[in-house]
This record gives sequence, structure tokens and C-alpha cells, in this order.
Amino acid sequence: MEIDFVIEKFILVTAIFAISLLIAMYSTYAERKVAAFLQDRLGPDRAGPFGILQPLADGVKMFMKEEIIPANANKWLFMIGPGLAMLCACIGTAVIPWGQDMMVGDRLVKLQVADVNVGLLYIFGVISLGVYGVMIGGWASNNKYSLLSSIRAASQNISYEIAMGLSIIALLLVTNSLSLREIVAQQHGWQWNVLYQPLGFIIFMVCAFAETNRAPFDLPECEAELNGGYTIEYSSMKLGFYLFAEYINMFVSSTIMAALYFGGYNYPGMDYMATLLGPTWGPLFGTFIFFLKIFAFIFFFMWVRWTIPRFRYDQLMNLGWKGLIPLAIANIIVTGIVIAIVNKF
Amino acid sequence: MGTSVFYFVATLSIISALMVVFAKNPIHSVLYLILTFFTFTIHYVLLNAQFLAVVNFIVYMGAIMVLFLFVLMLLNLNKENEPNKSVLLRIIGVIAGGCLVVTLIGSLKSAVINTPLELKDQNLGLVENLGKELFGQFMLPFELSSLLLLSAMVGAILLTKKEEKTNG
Repeated sequence: MEIDFVIEKFILVTAIFAISLLIAMYSTYAERKVAAFLQDRLGPDRAGPFGILQPLADGVKMFMKEEIIPANANKWLFMIGPGLAMLCACIGTAVIPWGQDMMVGDRLVKLQVADVNVGLLYIFGVISLGVYGVMIGGWASNNKYSLLSSIRAASQNISYEIAMGLSIIALLLVTNSLSLREIVAQQHGWQWNVLYQPLGFIIFMVCAFAETNRAPFDLPECEAELNGGYTIEYSSMKLGFYLFAEYINMFVSSTIMAALYFGGYNYPGMDYMATLLGPTWGPLFGTFIFFLKIFAFIFFFMWVRWTIPRFRYDQLMNLGWKGLIPLAIANIIVTGIVIAIVNKF
Repeated sequence: MGTSVFYFVATLSIISALMVVFAKNPIHSVLYLILTFFTFTIHYVLLNAQFLAVVNFIVYMGAIMVLFLFVLMLLNLNKENEPNKSVLLRIIGVIAGGCLVVTLIGSLKSAVINTPLELKDQNLGLVENLGKELFGQFMLPFELSSLLLLSAMVGAILLTKKEEKTNG
């Protein structure tokens, strides 16, 4: 292994990590501002101009709060819970191709940490692992509300994972590849997968909402019934980790949706822009476009949260098992038949 | 480097597998089992079977163990409501465990291979090759088992629908 390869990857990993934390941090600010906008309020405006220092103030507040571990809690698991939530949220970005290969000096840099040939399945695995943080934390708190919340989180996660996996299968029929790098590269210019898989995209998006525990699927942390669910016994930065992990998850899911269905770094007229900007700035501009798409998705997440009320538990299960799963299976069958016909002629 | 990583991971898997058995709390047992499956995933990666590794990761760690945890949390097993195990039950347990150990040792003894196995194709574990094998040589059993799984899932959905009809 060459040393410059290691340095290159190290810089890339650090940059991605820093960017996801920064975006998650400002998502908390953006969430309040969006909520305020949708409810015709001002939102946070005290800390700094337009309140842009609010996330910092919140962070300091979280660190300064007293840290309490309940007497009857399982101490180690209680501490592992938030850490696990954070870990699972952060490792998802490792296989995302952030841009086309870029020339830095005379070195070709891949804007992707790991080009795994089963990248899509890796993402799926990481998403399915995300529930452990909630489950372990909720159980270790030794509180009835948090236990109920853990159970809810587990059943919700399992139910929606099936529909999500089935929608990914339909996508695979179109892309013929499991490597995220190839899937994104195939969507050159305007050929975004959402045009071929509109139904699959909608199913995937609904499942992504459910997997990230975002409203209207935030039943595990339902205030009205469970007093905040799995976070009920947590204080200080452990609580901060849980809340923060949710925003990182939101960022990662937005990234995945933008990469799988909305072309990632591809945009119409990219070949023209590439010749105009050269081999260094062209790919970077693609990455910029990618981030615009991600922000649009994050905004959509917030928009939905402040628009649609929370589901009831039976409605959630009905939607997952009787709505999305049959729809996803039908989507696979139709996609398969259409592809078979297209290949024949 | 490969061998030392293997020994490290193998030690980890054996320790965590033992902890599954020795842990007093059933939830801890399940958590150790998750750790064991995670080490298996690393073993698959070391063997260049990436697809198997990821599927093990998704199915066992991500789905089946979540269900295990789910059921255990629902049951909420405590010291107080744990049924007392009688002496007879313990003796039966020891005998059954002993039989298993004898069988395992016997099968291991006969399965000693002096020459290391050589894979014909090093990249057999990659998705493309595995897919070709599954949909070529093993087409029928593969399709049948997938149909079986699909019908089980559809059956589960159907069961919930039937209940609703009788209620309403």
C-alpha cells in the first residue's frame, strides 16, 4: 500500500466526516427555521445574525448539562446505545461516490472512500443496523416507556426494511449492478433512475422516512404516548448523540436517494460544463450539484415533518405490510416484464 | 497479514460465542450472538466472499437478531419469573450437551484434511460469479426456495387480512 494512497483516503474520510457533522449540525438550525417558516414564526434569531450560532449554543448546552445514569439502568449498555446510534449513522457514507474522478495536480483522485462491488447491499446493511442503538439504549434505561419505544422501533424497522429491499430489487433490475459507483455513473446527464423507477422511488422514500424514525413515522419517540420514548432517561451529550444521529441519518438517506434515483453528481449539460471547467473544477461542480440535491431532500424531510401528522401504530403497520410490500412486489413484476420485452425487441 | 487477522478474528468469534452461552442475562446473550455474527462477516470478507458477507450482515445481524432482541424484550425475562430448573432437567441437559460434544469431536476427527483445499476459482464469492452459479447449475432449487419464502411472506400478510374481516 502506497503512503500517498493512505493519505488521500485519510483526507477524504476526514472531509466527509466533517461535512456530515457540519450538515447535521446545521440541519437542527434549518429544521427550526423551516418549522418557523411553515408556522409563520421567526424561529431562532438570538445567537448571532439570523441565529446562525444557535447550533453551537445548543451543543454547549448539551455538554454542560448534568449527566445522569439511572440507578437501575444497565450501565455499559446505557452508554453503548448512543455511541452505536452515532456509529451506524456515520459509516453509511463510506461507499457513496461523491463525484467523478478529479485531477489534483497530476494525480487522479477518486471521490469515493471505498469502491465496494456490493456497495448498495452495504448501505442496506448499515441502515438495518441503525435500529440497534435505539433498541439497546431503550432496553438498558430500564424504563417502561423506553422499552415500549424500543419494541416499536424494532418492529417498524423490520417491517419497512422488507419493502425497502424489494424496491431496491426493482432498481437492480434496471441498473444491473450492485456497485454504487456504476449505478451513479450510468445516470449520466438526464438518465436518472427516477424516470425508470418512479414507483420504486416513492416506496424507497417512504421506507427511508420510516427507517430514520422521522415524522410521520416517529412512533418510537412519540411525545404524546411515550414521553419521548427511548431518550426518556438520557441526559447531557448522550441525549445529544441520539438527536444528532437522527440528523446524520437524515443526511445519509438524502444522499442515498439522490445518488440512487436522482443521478448523484450527474446533471444535464455536464459534458459541456466539464470541457468548460477542466478536469479539476468540473467534477467538483458535479459534487456541488450533488449537495444541492441532498439539501433539497433534507428540506423535503423537514417539510413533511411539519406538514403531516404522526401515524397511529396500526396505520403504520397497515401501510407497511398491506400497502408498500404488495406494491413493491407488483413493481418488481412489472419492471421485470418490461425489461424482458425491451430486451426481446 | 491475512493469517494474523484470521487468528485475531477467530479468537474474537470463539470468545463471543462462549459468552453467548455463559452470559446470565438473555439480552446479553443475544448481543454477544450479534458480535459473533459480525466476526463471521469479517471471516467471509477474508475469504473473498463479499456477497455472502454482506448478506450475512443484512439477514443475520440486521434482521434475525433484531427479531430475537424484539422477542426477548417483549418477554422481559427476569430473575423473578424464571422457571426453576429441576435436578432431572439439569441432568438431561448435561447428557444432551455431552452427546453433542461427542458427535462434534467425532465428526471433526474424521474430517481431518492433510492437504489444504484449493479453490478452483478465487473469485467465486463475488456477486457476478455466485449469481451465475445460482441461476445456472442450481436454478431449480434456488427458484423453489425463493418461491417458498415469498409464499411465507404473502401468507403472513394474508393472515392479518383475514383477522380484520372477522372483526369488522
